[in-house]
Amino acid sequence: MTAHAEPIHGDHHGPPTANQSSRVDARTLGMLLFIGSEIMLFGSFFAAYFFVRVVNPSAPNEWPPAPFEFPVFVAGVNTCILVTSSFTMHWALQSIKRGERKGFLAGMVLTFLMGLAFLCTQVIEYLNVGFNTGDGAFASVFFGLTGLHGAHVAIGLSLLLMVIIRGFRGHYSPEHHHGVELPGIYWHFVDVMWIVVYSAVYLI
Amino acid sequence: MESPFRSEAAAFRFLLITIGAFALIVLASAASTTLGFLTFIGLSAAAVAVYWRQRGPAPDTEHVTQLAGPDERRVLVVANETVAGEELLSTISTLALTQKTVFQVVCPALNSRLKTYTSDEDPAREEAQTRLDMTLGRLASVGIQANGVVGDGDPLVAVDDAVRTFGPNEIVISTHPPGKSNWLERGVVDSVRARYDVPVTHVVVDLAAAGE
Repeated sequence: MTAHAEPIHGDHHGPPTANQSSRVDARTLGMLLFIGSEIMLFGSFFAAYFFVRVVNPSAPNEWPPAPFEFPVFVAGVNTCILVTSSFTMHWALQSIKRGERKGFLAGMVLTFLMGLAFLCTQVIEYLNVGFNTGDGAFASVFFGLTGLHGAHVAIGLSLLLMVIIRGFRGHYSPEHHHGVELPGIYWHFVDVMWIVVYSAVYLI
Repeated sequence: MESPFRSEAAAFRFLLITIGAFALIVLASAASTTLGFLTFIGLSAAAVAVYWRQRGPAPDTEHVTQLAGPDERRVLVVANETVAGEELLSTISTLALTQKTVFQVVCPALNSRLKTYTSDEDPAREEAQTRLDMTLGRLASVGIQANGVVGDGDPLVAVDDAVRTFGPNEIVISTHPPGKSNWLERGVVDSVRARYDVPVTHVVVDLAAAGE
């Protein structure tokens, strides 16, 4: 690592070199800020969820309160689909790193289709779940948490679609695959959050 | 455990770990809510401990790009409350006699944590500026030309800034004696020595002894 110094009265033109004295890499800082904002966002929804379910003195003894039920099995299948999509995402990136374009494209398309299947299943689940946001606080936090995650899936699908389009147009190579790496990180993050949401809301 | 957001492969591994951890939590919760909660706390603490122990190595030593002319030496002097101490002035005078030397004095605008967090730093900067002006005046009175600047409240950041703009051949840090110095307690001198590939001289100024 080299410290850079500029002469005060030199013949340097253009903007000054960015001050790096905090020693935080800009990309790392950006990712940390993003993760921090996401943690706060999901944290606020989880705080509401745990208040409604645990801390609230008038919280129902059973979850969800009778006569409502969560479609645990359907959500479980949906969870398997989403987790599998992470495997195909990983396969796609490993393929492009090895220069296997067919594997890369197949992995990306499969990931996208499974993500889309997850989102469509969630919409169908909403339509058939048997309660709506006006049926109590538990319903509000249920739709809030799962809906927030669904929004993240939708954003992830947009990123994957861009990667797929660029991939079919011949972009990316074993040397240049940063545009696949970052959506991959995001997609795994979305999966991690779903594991937490599914465990907390549906299973526990 | 590496940062799960450093690469896709790391994020994928983190996902697998999360699945395993939450499977344990769900199973424990099925047995007892308390057990599930304790499992969650235990796994979280273990993850934090592993991450803390396996954090990356300390940053490499930086090469300081020196901006001194062929027959010139640049010395960066870092001090605040001790900036007018006799020991520091004596060290600067000695350095000035041996070679043509350009001095840059940096006074970090030391501030309390609360005032730093609330951006209430104007009084600290004013106090640092007052001390700096007094020191530059004393140096000028004995024929030593020096520039000065008020630096960031964090002495390491202040040194980092000055190293980049001044390009010193040597760094002199003045502190209170051990036991009285907050900078020594925080390892500022050792950190600067480890961070840059230029000589670092530590000057101890005992203001209490000088006042007796």
